[in-house]
Amino acid sequence: MRFMMMVIPKGYEMAAPDVVPDAKAVAKMMEYNKNLQKAGVLLGLDGLLPPSAGARVAFTDGKATITDGPFAEVKETIGGYWIIQVRSREEAIEWAKRAPMANNEIIEVRQIFETA
Amino acid sequence: MSDIHKTIEAVWKIESTRLIAGIARVTRDIGIAEELAQDALVAALEQWPEEGIPEKPAAWLMTAAKRRAIDSLRRGRMLAQKHGEIGRELEFQQQRLSAAMDQALDQVIDDDVLRLIFTACHPVLAVEGRVALTLRLACGLTTAEIARAFLVPEKTLGQRIFRAKKTLAEAHVPFESPRGDELRQRLESVLSVVYLIFNEGYTATCGEEWMRAALCDDALRLGRMLAELLPEESGVHSLLALMELQASRTAARRGPTGEAVLLPEQDRSLWDYAQIQRGMAALHRAQKLGGGAHSYALQAAIAACHARANTAAETDWERIVLLYDALLQISSSPIVALNRAVAVGMAQGPAAGLHALDAIAAEPALTNYHLLPSVRGDLLVKLGRYAEAREELQRAIAMTENRREHELLSKKLKQAMFMD
Repeated sequence: MRFMMMVIPKGYEMAAPDVVPDAKAVAKMMEYNKNLQKAGVLLGLDGLLPPSAGARVAFTDGKATITDGPFAEVKETIGGYWIIQVRSREEAIEWAKRAPMANNEIIEVRQIFETA
Repeated sequence: MSDIHKTIEAVWKIESTRLIAGIARVTRDIGIAEELAQDALVAALEQWPEEGIPEKPAAWLMTAAKRRAIDSLRRGRMLAQKHGEIGRELEFQQQRLSAAMDQALDQVIDDDVLRLIFTACHPVLAVEGRVALTLRLACGLTTAEIARAFLVPEKTLGQRIFRAKKTLAEAHVPFESPRGDELRQRLESVLSVVYLIFNEGYTATCGEEWMRAALCDDALRLGRMLAELLPEESGVHSLLALMELQASRTAARRGPTGEAVLLPEQDRSLWDYAQIQRGMAALHRAQKLGGGAHSYALQAAIAACHARANTAAETDWERIVLLYDALLQISSSPIVALNRAVAVGMAQGPAAGLHALDAIAAEPALTNYHLLPSVRGDLLVKLGRYAEAREELQRAIAMTENRREHELLSKKLKQAMFMD
């Protein structure tokens, strides 16, 4: 089964579009990614630019409305994700526990819907 | 199973391979290393439900294993020698063992994991022993899980693992990765074990389907591990490509009632295109490393031809015929020749396919193989020779023991009934 682990970094919802992550944190993250890869569980990963560099497309009555980021009403946002293939929900959670996160940061673990 | 036990099981899945590999660096015997690691797991099962999961579970397990190793060293020595003088030597050995395990704990190096896999797939072992040991040591599966996946009693599987460990110890197989020319040779054994595990899951048609299908994921996980450990070995990337490309069709291989759906009839929108992309990348890597002519690379290239085609009719069958020609040059397998005949039938028409098929029909290996009359029947239908086609399909039905294929052939026969 596959899971998406989504990183919710603290304060990222209001980060500047050209925010540069801390080099030390990046190095730690690279090491973690390498461990996922070595264990053969990593299928894919990406880091996302902050909402201030993005947009929201909202649909009302069949009409799309575009709002540029950042979004004042949003309390937390995704900063990146991993997709992993593991044998159980517990294993996905154990991997999430091993991620090098800063204080008050969150990883949301969600199973990917499988057709078969 | 309680939540805490599920969590312990998950920790085991993640940590056991590196734990066993690290201990084996000290003990030089994977059987003993595995037993010590198991002892550590038992200790965890006893203590963690009370004390909670430790912050660094890997370190905890290694420490527990170390304690057990020192215990058994002490006991072994006590039994063997009774003189007081031994005391000091024992203490010295204890310290040495303790220091060595602390070091192993500090940094399990990737080479240890590689050594573990090479030893588990050692040619001195029977193939079924290699498979069981690899799943146990490198994938963290329990004996019960492996037994269920291979549809054998747990006791049988336990004995298989016991025998394999004993064989390794008796043959004094060193805990080493082979080098140079030997590496290539031994790697073939490792890759064939991985592919065997994959196929066991891929062809799962009976028993506890899910348990068996999960073997595909285990094989893919092993393949990805090996690709990290041996990034310059094209064979590893070829096999990984082949497995990814084949597994990408999983969702399309079964119909609503569980019946088999063959490649030409599959709904291609159900294929996993992210997985296809990973397969293509691995194949590209293998080819760039100069391994394009390897058997797994050629098979992966054939799978890639299918993956690239939007419909069965759009498939580059000419190229597939060429790839099968190359494959036949390295291994003259009648099964490969049969698949080639199918491709020829698609590329150059059913008459040419039938011609290619007739050229290999006398192969003794194909005498009782249901796919020979089955393919022949298909080609004869296309040629409008329905009476002959029916005969072939009936022969194929009589030969197959697989219920799903039986259904598929019966359907074809029924269709052929109404033609003439």
